[in-house]
Amino acid sequence: MIFRIDRRTGTAVYVQLMQQVRQAIRMGRLAPGDRLPTAREVAEHAGINPNTVLKAYRELEMAGLVEPRQGSGTYVREHPTVLPDIAGELRRDLAVWAARASAAGLDVRDMQALVAEVMAGTEPTAEETHRVR
Amino acid sequence: MSADRTTPAVDVAGLTHRFGRRYALDGCSFTVPAGAVTALVGRNGAGKSTLLRTAAGLLRPDTGAVRVFGEPAGDATLPRIGYVGQQAPLYPMLTVAQTLTLGGRLNPRWDAAYAHRLADDAELPYTAPVGTLAAGHRTRLALILALAKRPGVLLLDEPLAPLDPVARAEMSGTLMADVADRGTTVVLSSHVVADIESLCDHVVVLAEGRVRLTAEVERALTGHLIAVGATEDVTELDDIVEVRTAGRDATALIRSTGPLPSAGGLSWHRPTLEELVLGYLRAPRPRPKRKVTTT
Repeated sequence: MIFRIDRRTGTAVYVQLMQQVRQAIRMGRLAPGDRLPTAREVAEHAGINPNTVLKAYRELEMAGLVEPRQGSGTYVREHPTVLPDIAGELRRDLAVWAARASAAGLDVRDMQALVAEVMAGTEPTAEETHRVR
Repeated sequence: MSADRTTPAVDVAGLTHRFGRRYALDGCSFTVPAGAVTALVGRNGAGKSTLLRTAAGLLRPDTGAVRVFGEPAGDATLPRIGYVGQQAPLYPMLTVAQTLTLGGRLNPRWDAAYAHRLADDAELPYTAPVGTLAAGHRTRLALILALAKRPGVLLLDEPLAPLDPVARAEMSGTLMADVADRGTTVVLSSHVVADIESLCDHVVVLAEGRVRLTAEVERALTGHLIAVGATEDVTELDDIVEVRTAGRDATALIRSTGPLPSAGGLSWHRPTLEELVLGYLRAPRPRPKRKVTTT
């Protein structure tokens, strides 16, 4: 597993690490029982603070994706709970919403931007709303 | 390490230093926990280099003191400090190999194998006189000397600035591996927010010789908000660090640990590290305390 850190996104480094582990599990590049690279390995390879790596691993552990094993590292759990049970329902809701957005002329990037904005709790400024891109 | 983890690695208390009539440092105080990687941020002339030299024990401040693992910075603390200034203090006539040998003679805890591995990785020309090296190579050699000394604290003045992109990535990796292996405490100055974001967990912002902000990066980010909206609404907010106006709109960096407010005709978001640092660097000199209600 090789992490790729994008230093221009403004997304916190530990969040990027978490996203990449989730993605790798979802895509099957990380299988149950696989060991994640040590904080030291990631720190040296990606030039990032080892405490940041440990923070990402702790959060992944709390999310039920990985488990630390005494003295040997952090491993992907047998049944990683990548998505909770409600995911199917959320997906159907989203499909309805995406169809509406699509009919209104939004493309995928517009929709992603909207989701990101809602998650950040922000609304566009008056200036942004009027600006023609 | 002889000092326990509760003793700060670096304790800067009331540091003031003048060059002629100009205050380079003006009552600076902050602490650096052991094992932390701290970014020292400030505009040119803000006092970063003076602060690092004082912490290294190379400059005696007019007033105030720096303690390193509880001991006053000076000759006694030198063996535990790895300092790399912007003009890497190396002997230009010595070759790279001779410089590493000298490093071994001068430093009791010198790790020769580590020094050679790092020099090999950097592809430094062993037989070349230091004076003929490119600036990036010279900086790299100075960093290797500081690391192979196996110090408890590394004080680095813009360590990555003279390096090419490959060397910068390699050196960041080496530095972070050292932090992971030995719990080395690092204080480094930098102008590059992206470097700070990936390397540092603490930040100290200096302006005009004073400490404007000292915090854990994560806490600093969750302890501030950015508000955007009509100028008259934005400027009425409490606990403003810095406001910028553009036409009838304004943006403000605000101290607030609360959740994102949802209303008020303003839009709110958490600052990025860049927004936070820029806000503090651009903030006007604080006026004497005038307490307003906090949210």
